[in-house]
Amino acid sequence: MSKFEFPPSIGSRPVWGTLEPRVGQAHLFVADAQGAEAILDVATPELMAAAHIIFITRGTDYADKLRALNPSQFYEGPSYDAALSRIKRVLSDAKMGLQVYISGTESLMGQMTNEAAQAGVPFESIQTEHRGSTARRMQCVHCKGFTEEVETDPFVCCHCGLNLFVRDHYSRRLAAYQGVCVDAEDPGNVPAQKGIYE
Amino acid sequence: MTIQFNDETFRDDYSFHNSEWAIRRFPFPFHEDSYMYSMNAEQHRGGPDGSVYENRFDVDEHYVSEMQDRAKVLSEDPLRCQSLPHMTLAGWDLLELIMVSKSEDYPDLFELHRDGDQWRWVNKPLGIDDTFTFLDESTLPYGPMEYITRQSQGDFALLDQRDENLWMDAGMVTTQADWSLDFNIGMNFIEWHGPVPLANEMGIFKRALKFLLNIPQGSPGRRLNWTMTVNPLLDTSPENYHKWGIQKTTLTPENIGAKQHLRVELQTFYRLPRSNALAFPIRCYLCSFQDLMTMPKWGRRLHRVVRDLPVELATYKGFIDNRPLMIDYLSKFDDGLPTSPGIFPEPETEPPLKT
Amino acid sequence: MSAPQKAKAGAEKIAVTVSAVVPVTEYVTRFEFTRTDGADFPPFSGGAHTVVSMEDGDRTRLNPYSLMSDPTDLSHYAISVRREDTGRGGSAFMHSQVAPGDAMTITCPVNLFGLDWRAKKHIFFAGGIGITPFLAMIGQLEQTNGNWELHYAARTPESAAYADMLLAKFPTKVHVYYSGQGVRIPLESLLSGQPLGTHAYVCGPAGLIDLVHDTATGIGWPHSNVHSEEFLAPAPGAPFEVRLCKSDKTITVGEHESLLEAMEREGVDAPFLCRGGSCGQCETNVVSADGGFIHRDHWLDDDDRASGKKIMPCVSRFVGTTLELDR
Repeated sequence: MSKFEFPPSIGSRPVWGTLEPRVGQAHLFVADAQGAEAILDVATPELMAAAHIIFITRGTDYADKLRALNPSQFYEGPSYDAALSRIKRVLSDAKMGLQVYISGTESLMGQMTNEAAQAGVPFESIQTEHRGSTARRMQCVHCKGFTEEVETDPFVCCHCGLNLFVRDHYSRRLAAYQGVCVDAEDPGNVPAQKGIYE
Repeated sequence: MTIQFNDETFRDDYSFHNSEWAIRRFPFPFHEDSYMYSMNAEQHRGGPDGSVYENRFDVDEHYVSEMQDRAKVLSEDPLRCQSLPHMTLAGWDLLELIMVSKSEDYPDLFELHRDGDQWRWVNKPLGIDDTFTFLDESTLPYGPMEYITRQSQGDFALLDQRDENLWMDAGMVTTQADWSLDFNIGMNFIEWHGPVPLANEMGIFKRALKFLLNIPQGSPGRRLNWTMTVNPLLDTSPENYHKWGIQKTTLTPENIGAKQHLRVELQTFYRLPRSNALAFPIRCYLCSFQDLMTMPKWGRRLHRVVRDLPVELATYKGFIDNRPLMIDYLSKFDDGLPTSPGIFPEPETEPPLKT
Repeated sequence: MSAPQKAKAGAEKIAVTVSAVVPVTEYVTRFEFTRTDGADFPPFSGGAHTVVSMEDGDRTRLNPYSLMSDPTDLSHYAISVRREDTGRGGSAFMHSQVAPGDAMTITCPVNLFGLDWRAKKHIFFAGGIGITPFLAMIGQLEQTNGNWELHYAARTPESAAYADMLLAKFPTKVHVYYSGQGVRIPLESLLSGQPLGTHAYVCGPAGLIDLVHDTATGIGWPHSNVHSEEFLAPAPGAPFEVRLCKSDKTITVGEHESLLEAMEREGVDAPFLCRGGSCGQCETNVVSADGGFIHRDHWLDDDDRASGKKIMPCVSRFVGTTLELDR
């Protein structure tokens, strides 16, 4: 599957990279759905000997291929929320020198980066690679509620119902882009929805 | 000088008003008849007597009412004041800086009595007389940053300095030009300026960051920034934009002089001694167009600046739709005479405006 | 904007009186200062330095030294100076010419080696006189209940300044290693197994700094969590001539002085904070140059250097025929 080219944007929009093997005493891989392909691309027997892979399937069938890499530990779960307690447990034991590799959707990369940073993993030790869906995790700046899987601009906040436009302004701490009321100055005049990258 | 504090509001009936004294000392931000981004920073070590630059933390006639407005905002939305856990020491640094500065600069209004780590703080305008232990959070009703910034006009950001960058890791933000502390907290300098157009391409942020990283202890800096606000609304927050945005559509040729306000931020920068963080106070001053027109130089110049501002900037500052109305109003005052350089109004020497 | 004001750029200066000169080891002496105006000193953060002015005949020497006194006691500041007999003369001046009661001038503290306040743990590596910034950092962390440990390498027990005091006060946190007894800091085992969020700090000879960085990198630590401070001393070089446009002066930089020192000698106002190529304060624009720069600073990035439009006069030099600076 070819990788999506994000258009150039502002300084707060995250720039995702390409996973590469790094020197470290332990390697934690977290991926969702097509993110598995990034692990398959970067994996080496040396990395896998000290690797823990946490794979969130989201209905895909990459698990067998990942398991075949022979990581020292492997976990497969249906969703990020389901995997979270295990992720926290792994981070609570981890030492300096841990390398973190996150691949898949922006929502996963954002939330997992935040979780690792909260545990004390320096940003420099975290690599990311986007694969799969380009849907965004959005925060409504008005009610503070998060809406997952946003693919259109504008969209309706699933908490307060306001019509929000999709900004590129992104908060690492919230792992979300900002959504702002689109018709505040002309109530009811909501532009037609289009894809975020159309 | 004893300040007569106004009893006024920044919401609902908008009874905010500037006295002649306040207009005269308004920090007009344009030193020439055009505007483009620049860092344009200078040292913050005093200024002309009576000007907003004279003291480290300016206190004016709006002080008490602004603090009441802040308390209302915080009561409705406590997320406007946040401090990440590692920023508590910087909060104490800020508390010390403000208490020492205000008690020295306004001894008739504020007193600080220190006996070792036992401090007594007297704030006469707000009727506060508190004794606490410096560096012991349990002896204050709020965290140190929140405690002192509930008593100081303007917004405050505390920037942690590390990895050759500045990180907005704490702040008190209730009088902001449409940005959210809750969203931006934890961002670095380049990230929180992400939405600002043009400046990044011009390399301004890279140079500004270098300048700020280098602000030494004892040598604070300052600069001005500006935008436009309809009605004297201090809390133009993104959080409440769906409520106040509609006010931008209420301008008419008849009410624009009273309703349209130039909003100026006096931004200052202080290296904090114990935490090595940077304090970034952002003080907001509002002045209506009709009050600005009482200073002939400002009347002429404001028209020229608003008329010639690049579209990107007028859009970013949120007044592109109202610009034609503004230009209609302002052009009536502009007789085309030259203006003297610099920001000060010089009403004694500038010829009166034609209207 | 431009509201009138008087101050110049650079660090504020403080007039001080030498209150004590205390020999610590054969080579290290501690100098304590009080403020001449009797007030307390400004608060400072662990890792900060001050630049001491030394009036040595008709020459002013300006050397940076880490503040090592307790940050919670602002009645005095203290520095410790190791006598470098092969150095540029500043430390020899301090050891031979400075006595209690002398009036001196120092700058307001500047910190280019601060603690990362997010750290879940701080681990310090000191070599020799590199112990000084850690004394102030420890003072600050003790006040704020910080989690720290110190690993201190010295040649012999006699040469290990402040080791006895530290061991007595913090027996479980301080570890001293004597190279004269063949004992080295076990860097690899110390850096392995530190909890997430640990920050390492190193100060001392360049060899130790490099070793800590290399060892940490080798087991997967990112650069952001390894902090070091090394003051560069200006290196000697061939004399060169400089045209200073704003001052309308042409000066010659001598073999054993820096461009910054030469400008100061000629009375040209030139800002500085660290004098060691780190802080960026003295960055100067090049108006024109026919020749090459010897950039030795840690400040300018590759683009700046490639542009040929910037120089850091505290440590960098020029070789060529003509150089014009915007100063």
